[in-house]
Amino acid sequence: MTQTTFSQLLYLACGAFLLAAVLVLWRRELAAIVRLFALQGVALTGIVAVLAAHERSLELGLVAAGIAGLRAVLLPYLVRRALDRAGPGRETKPLVNVAASLLAAAVLTLVAYAVSQPLIALAPSPATRAVPVGLAVVLIGFFVLVTRRRALSQVVGFLLIDNGITAIAFLTTAGVPLIVELGVSLDVLFAALVLQVLTTRMRATFGHTDLDELRELRDA
Amino acid sequence: MTGVTGALGAVLQVAVIAVGSPYLVGAMRQVRARLEGRAGPDVAQPWRDLRKLLRKESLTPHGTSEVFRLTPAVLVASTVLVAAVAPFLTTASPLDPVADLFAVVALLTLGTVALALAGIDTGTAFGGMGASREMTITALVEPTLLVAIFALSVPVGSTNLGAIVNSTLHDPARVVSPVSLLAAVALAVAIIAETGRLPVDNPSTHLELTMVHEAMVLEYAGPDLALVEWASAMRLTVFLGLLANLFAPWGIATGSGLAGLVLAVIVFAVKVGLLGLLLAVGEVFLAKLRLFRVPELLAGSFLLALLAVAASFFLA
Repeated sequence: MTQTTFSQLLYLACGAFLLAAVLVLWRRELAAIVRLFALQGVALTGIVAVLAAHERSLELGLVAAGIAGLRAVLLPYLVRRALDRAGPGRETKPLVNVAASLLAAAVLTLVAYAVSQPLIALAPSPATRAVPVGLAVVLIGFFVLVTRRRALSQVVGFLLIDNGITAIAFLTTAGVPLIVELGVSLDVLFAALVLQVLTTRMRATFGHTDLDELRELRDA
Repeated sequence: MTGVTGALGAVLQVAVIAVGSPYLVGAMRQVRARLEGRAGPDVAQPWRDLRKLLRKESLTPHGTSEVFRLTPAVLVASTVLVAAVAPFLTTASPLDPVADLFAVVALLTLGTVALALAGIDTGTAFGGMGASREMTITALVEPTLLVAIFALSVPVGSTNLGAIVNSTLHDPARVVSPVSLLAAVALAVAIIAETGRLPVDNPSTHLELTMVHEAMVLEYAGPDLALVEWASAMRLTVFLGLLANLFAPWGIATGSGLAGLVLAVIVFAVKVGLLGLLLAVGEVFLAKLRLFRVPELLAGSFLLALLAVAASFFLA
C-alpha cells in the first residue's frame, strides 16, 4: 500500500468515525442511535485494519478482528436487546435541543483540533494528524452523556467516549499490545452489561428510563 | 483561439441554462407524476405556461412600491449573471475571474433577499409569512453554502470556482476524501433548502400552512410571475449544475475546441438531468418536514460543512 492510499483510506475511515458520532446527536430514535453506534464500530475497525495493513502486523490485524466483533456486533447487540425490552423509544427532550447540540458538536470539534496540536507536533505523521478526530468523538460522547436523558442514549454516550479513546490509542501509538486491548475491551463489555442490567431494572421499577426522574430521594 | 471558444462557452452556458431549465422542471414533474401513477403534464408544459403568462397584462397590487416591481428583474439578472460566470460548460471563460465563491453565493443570495423583500412589500399576511420563513431558512443556508464550497477551496488554495473545478479534474482521487464527501452532503441539503424542494418546502402546494416560496410570489401575475417562475427554474439548474461540477467535473471543456464544448453541453445536461431525477424520485418518498424541524436539518448540514472545513485543515 502506498503512502497516499494509506492516508486516504485512513482519513476516510476517520471521517466516517466522526460522522457517526455527530449523527448520534442528530437522530432522535433510540433504534437509529444504536445502528449509528454499530456503524461507528465498523469505522473504528476500518481505522485499525488500515493501520494493520500499513504496518503489516498480524497482531494488529487480530486486534482489528476483535474490535469488529466487540464494537460492531456484540455491544450494539446488547444495547439493542435492552432497547427491545424497553419498547421503541425516542430521545424526547434532551437538555440541549438538537440544533444547538449540533452546533455544540461543531465547537467541540474545533476545540479538539486546537487542543491536539501539541500532540501532533510531537510526531507528525498521517496517523497522528487524525488524532483530533478521536478527541472530538470523546468530547461528543461526553456531551451526549451530559445532555441526554434516556438511560440508553447515555449508555451510547459512554460507549462513544470509549470508542474515541481507543481510536486515539491506535492513532498515536504504533499499536496497542493485544493484552492491553483485551483488558480494555473486557472492561467495556462488563460496563455495558452492568448498565444494561441497570436500565432493565430501572424500567421494571419506574416504568421508564428518564434519568431526570431519579434526582430526588424518596421514602417508599 | 482559446479566448473565442471561452467566450462562446460563456454565451452557450447562459443559453443552455435559460432554455433548458424549464424543461428540467417539466421533466421532474413528469417523473413525480409517473411515480405517483398519474399521466402528468408534458415535459414542455413549463415553457407553455411561461408563454401564456408573458402574453398577459402586467398587473401590480395597490400600495406596492418599486421593490415589488424590480424584484423579478433582479432575480433573473442575478441568476443569469451566475449562469454566465460559474464554470458549467467551460473553465476557459473570459469571465472566469469573477466566478469567486463569495461573489457567486452573494449573487444568489441577492435574488433570495429581493424576493423576500417583495413578499413583505405586498403587505399581505401570506407575503410577510413567506418572507419571514424564507429568511429563517436563508440565515442557515447561506453560511452552509459558503463553508461547504470553502472546504473544497482549501486544498486548492483559491476561492475561484474555475480553479476548484480544474484542480479536481487533475486530481480525481480528491473526490473520495472525507472533506469532499462531507461537503457534498452539506451542499446537497443546503441546495434542497435553498431551491425550496421537499422536505423543506413543497414546490407544488398552495396550502398556507406549508408554503414558503409560493407564499412570497402569491401576488405576482402575468409577465412578472413568468419572470419569477423562470428565474426559480434557472436557480434550480444553476444550483444542481454547481453541485455536479464541483464534485464530478468530468466532461467540462477546459481548452479550445468546439468538439469539447459540444461534449460539455451533453455531459452537463446528463449530469443535471440525473441530479434532477434523483431529487424528484426522492421527493416522492419524502413528506414535508415540520417547519420547526427545518432549522435542525439545516444546523446539521452546517455542522457537516464546518466538519469538512476542519477536516480539510487537519486531514490534509
